[in-house]
Amino acid sequence: MIIVPERITRASHGSTRALVAFAIALLLAPLITRDARGQDTTHAVRIGLTYQPGTKPGVIVLAIRGAWGDSLQAIIARDLDYGDRVEVIGLPGTPAASSLAGIGPGVSYPLWKSLNAAAAVQTTVTPSGLHVAVHDVTGRKIVQVADFPLPLAGGSGEWRLAVHGISDEIEQWITGTRGVAQTRILFVRGGRVYVVDTDGFGERLVSDAGLSLSPAWAPDGLTISYSVLGSRGWSIVTRSVAGGAGRTLPSTTSGLNTTPAFSPNGLTLAYSHGDEAGTDLMLVDLAGGGPRRITVGHGSDNTSPEFSPDGRKIAFTSGRAGHPEVYIMDVDGSNVELLTPFNFGDRNYRSNPDWAPDAQHVAFQSQIGGAFQIMVISLRDRSVKQITSEGVNEDPAWAPDARHVVFTSSRTGVRQLFILDSESGRARQLTHAGGARLAAWSHSLGHAR
Amino acid sequence: MNARSLFAVSSLAVLALGACHKKVAPAPAPAPEPPAAAPAPPPPPPAPAPTNSGADMASARDAARASLTAPIYFDLDSDALSDADRAALDAKVGILNASAGVKIRVAGHTDERGSDEYNLALGQRRAAAAKRYLTQHGVPDASIDIISYGEEHPAMDGHDEGSWSKNRRDEFEITAGADALKPAAQ
Repeated sequence: MIIVPERITRASHGSTRALVAFAIALLLAPLITRDARGQDTTHAVRIGLTYQPGTKPGVIVLAIRGAWGDSLQAIIARDLDYGDRVEVIGLPGTPAASSLAGIGPGVSYPLWKSLNAAAAVQTTVTPSGLHVAVHDVTGRKIVQVADFPLPLAGGSGEWRLAVHGISDEIEQWITGTRGVAQTRILFVRGGRVYVVDTDGFGERLVSDAGLSLSPAWAPDGLTISYSVLGSRGWSIVTRSVAGGAGRTLPSTTSGLNTTPAFSPNGLTLAYSHGDEAGTDLMLVDLAGGGPRRITVGHGSDNTSPEFSPDGRKIAFTSGRAGHPEVYIMDVDGSNVELLTPFNFGDRNYRSNPDWAPDAQHVAFQSQIGGAFQIMVISLRDRSVKQITSEGVNEDPAWAPDARHVVFTSSRTGVRQLFILDSESGRARQLTHAGGARLAAWSHSLGHAR
Repeated sequence: MNARSLFAVSSLAVLALGACHKKVAPAPAPAPEPPAAAPAPPPPPPAPAPTNSGADMASARDAARASLTAPIYFDLDSDALSDADRAALDAKVGILNASAGVKIRVAGHTDERGSDEYNLALGQRRAAAAKRYLTQHGVPDASIDIISYGEEHPAMDGHDEGSWSKNRRDEFEITAGADALKPAAQ
């Protein structure tokens, strides 16, 4: 379902307009290189709250009366907190987690002011969904209101996803940038593919029997792909994340076929194909037709392709220099270029690139002192920034905001997924049970259906 | 079957298998000494009595199976065959060329270090290296298929070089014709 505010004072916001913006972005791809994951900053609305520049605005999420009120308030407060763009304020003297539910639903500008809040989010349950009002605490007035439909089945996955979309809309009103709560993350646990909401709830098994690795999202947010071990080798499967039967890509029924990646327009799949002559990257049209080999590895290993947001380039891992390094090339295989800094004699191990939706950064893993860490390289000046240091950290995947990164970390002793805000350095643990790895972050799911 | 051929199969510990090399046209020079890193071979069975009893046949087949399925090991991030690997593969060449109808699958594995995804390609390269050696020494291409498990199926669960060195390996599985197994010809 689409979360479109039925009435909205200052934001014009709808799926049609987003599609038009997307089409324009495609036409002007060299000039406009974002929007590949449905990000929507062109519609940014900031409601002009008063707060100290350079600081995060304090936001109070008021308690919500009515059916599912406690859950709604907790989800919205947590989403805003995890967005890392606002400071969610609770009652002083209570632990952060519980304090989020501490402030009553009544309007009290002096109380909110005393808590250093710039905004207060007031939510009312309506027969069809939610009515949300945002108060400017300094100006003592309501500055934004909207009504949102919600699915009837409170607590369901669809309902949770809709609430996350409301959180993202509120974050856009307050900060000018849409949140990424209305997204999901695929990952591998125990050789099976799972999907989970970005707040860690709603976890669900997606894959069938058979060791399954390297899940990837199609831009529609509905189709996924991953590699599956069968009796004859590894094949690539595509399927709906909602269920139903998987479909084996016809060109991948034998040999080593791994690490699928959808092109930003969803029409093409890149993957790694290995046989006795080495492992190379292939491109195949999902509508049909044979695969085209796009690397000439001469027996080396070429894996883990990721498209640039404009679909014109691919970042990948290759062992062609004698050890794994990250390269970028044009999508037809030409203009191969070593991405990461390389000194003669350097035997460092760099792999698993992921192109940020802002088109300006690529995250990858690099061995630092014998342990993998997550690095981010700027494509403007090739400067490299290390964003993890605790434990072994691998397989980064960007959120649609080009700011948060999900990755695998051993910091608790077992490999689990963590989400890091690459701007503030704040990290949180996403998965807790059984070990998890090989995460893939969806595009915004608000425009997906 | 005689005692000498059985001995030749079972005494993998010697590593330089002259009997097997006779079957091989472009055989490399045998290793002068077993490298220190060579995996411990299975102990040779006791010397058999010089008869052609069924027990002897079974014993010879067991020895051939053990030799054919013995793993080979690799250095970190490498698919290069060591002298010990070549000697072990030479023994497999002798058995495969003497055993029409036997088919094997070579499974490449890696240790847990490195990228999960890249390790699948590395395991593929290790399996391909063994297959290439076997076919270059006369084993029919159709007798061998390969698969990679990357780091997904470690032989040992430890997180140190002792385990890692045992996990960087090719395993050899008999997929058809196990009853036709014969020791290498003299």
